[in-house]
Amino acid sequence: MTGSNTISDENQLANFMQRIEAGEKIEADDWMPEDYRQTLIKLISMHGMSEIMGALPEKEWVPKAPSLYRKLGIMAKVQDEMGHGQLLLRVTEDLLEPYGKNRGDLMQDLFNGDLKFHNVFHMETKSWADAGIIGWLVDGAAIITQTNMLKASYGPYARALQRICAEEVFHAQHGESIIMALTEGTDQQKAMIQESLNRWWEALLMFFGPASKETTGSSKQDLTIRYKIRTKTNEEFRQLFFDKYIPRILSLGLTIPDPTMHFDKENQMWSYKQPDWNEFKKIIKNQGPRSEARLNLRRQSYEYNSWVRDALSHSVR
Amino acid sequence: MSVSQNDLTLENREAITSLLFQLADDDFMYAYRGSEWLGLAPHIEADIASSSISQDSMGHAAMFYTLLEDLGAGNANDLAHSRKAIDRRNCILTERVNGEGYYMETPHYDWAYAVVRSYLYTQAKKVKIDSLCGSSYKPLAEAAVKVRIELYYHRLHWEIWFKQLMSSTDIAKNKMNAALKLVMNDFGDVFSYGNQKLAIEMTKLIGTEEEMKANWTASIEPVFTTLQLELPKIPDSPEKNGRMGEHTKDLDEALTTLSEVYLLDPVAIW
Repeated sequence: MTGSNTISDENQLANFMQRIEAGEKIEADDWMPEDYRQTLIKLISMHGMSEIMGALPEKEWVPKAPSLYRKLGIMAKVQDEMGHGQLLLRVTEDLLEPYGKNRGDLMQDLFNGDLKFHNVFHMETKSWADAGIIGWLVDGAAIITQTNMLKASYGPYARALQRICAEEVFHAQHGESIIMALTEGTDQQKAMIQESLNRWWEALLMFFGPASKETTGSSKQDLTIRYKIRTKTNEEFRQLFFDKYIPRILSLGLTIPDPTMHFDKENQMWSYKQPDWNEFKKIIKNQGPRSEARLNLRRQSYEYNSWVRDALSHSVR
Repeated sequence: MSVSQNDLTLENREAITSLLFQLADDDFMYAYRGSEWLGLAPHIEADIASSSISQDSMGHAAMFYTLLEDLGAGNANDLAHSRKAIDRRNCILTERVNGEGYYMETPHYDWAYAVVRSYLYTQAKKVKIDSLCGSSYKPLAEAAVKVRIELYYHRLHWEIWFKQLMSSTDIAKNKMNAALKLVMNDFGDVFSYGNQKLAIEMTKLIGTEEEMKANWTASIEPVFTTLQLELPKIPDSPEKNGRMGEHTKDLDEALTTLSEVYLLDPVAIW
């Protein structure tokens, strides 16, 4: 029996690889190799939870937004992010089905540190300019990585990304609009945006992850490329980010907080000072500047409101 | 007869301005309290829906502040961000905190209070907006028609929450009844028009306070009857009347947050 199962699994794997090589989409009920499912669960649940946890740093600036128009803009943006989180957790829930796990389990995984959220959302916010930097450059970075997966071999994720990326473009424009107002504003506003860029620079470099698994000891990038979930490496993403944003940052009169940054014509690559990857390792262990505070906020509100979820699951008379 | 901005007498202008401040300040504060819930609602779907409602409500506040700007009351952003608590005309209910704690730290917000406040406030807003659709001041009547479209969904949403939690577990019922008591304690100025009452009613900008109260009671009666709950009574004389500039310290704290960045430089373009 074991022997025939193995042969059958091998056939199924060959068939699966043939399908994704041919550009076919894999659906939730299709056969898939275990490491493909596991990779997707890890990737999509982390993406979903990052959208939800990512709402928290921006939410800090929702009431403080300095005009009615800005208040409306940032409220809409944060709501979109929560919507992305919901969409992605639904995709993950389908993948979790064979294990009998659900959204409640994902929340517990987040709280106990088994499910990570993106390193950029562990950072502190200090000024209104941070709302601009998050919208313009963090969402800009997200657009680069997520558009690369629009043709991902897993159909439900690729379709969710179509909508998410479309909305992220609006978010980047929202952020850019805040940045433009500040860079064209008073000396105080200009100083505010430069200080914010300086503070977020390392986090933006870390956004794409280390160039190879030697930095942190593990990386899923080889597997995600083999299974056609994505096509580019972390470093390729980072270089694309530089290509797009370095000229824009400079054109606004801002200074890149890295004097060594330059385009190396010989290698056709941007040369830059590496961020502190030891700090990155701490952040991904939930030891970043705001990791515990944001997890606590989410955990406490979740536990404090558990009576509501109990009430909803109780039959209505 | 409906009037436009150019036909206004001085007396009419004062009455319209007073009413518009009440409407604008109510929605501004209500939207703010809703936005404090962002990322903290009991489940993600509730978060998305309630933040959408907060966003709509902030949009309604912006419309009312813009009508004030059109009347020469000042710049809409300035009206929203710079006025002191004593100049605000929102009802007490909209300024009350969501629960213990500051939104930036680890607050203990009460979802039962959020549901009851939102349901009864939205129902009151609906009664007013329905009346405002026939307002003698044409720009306000036109704005009310737009608000009414979105308000339909807000009311429906909160009514479903109200019914579900009021007819569920004992814990839920207890929390909802406690919240109902708190909300009704603050309901005394919701339908007050403050010191411009006579002018507001005489010029038919909106129905009378008594009509609004009666319509509100009639509108919630079927739900309360179905749930076998006693119909709540609007307090006759409020402890504080927000329409007269009387407020709690909750408003002072909220305004500090809402204006923090704006007041760094009120003449700058943000």
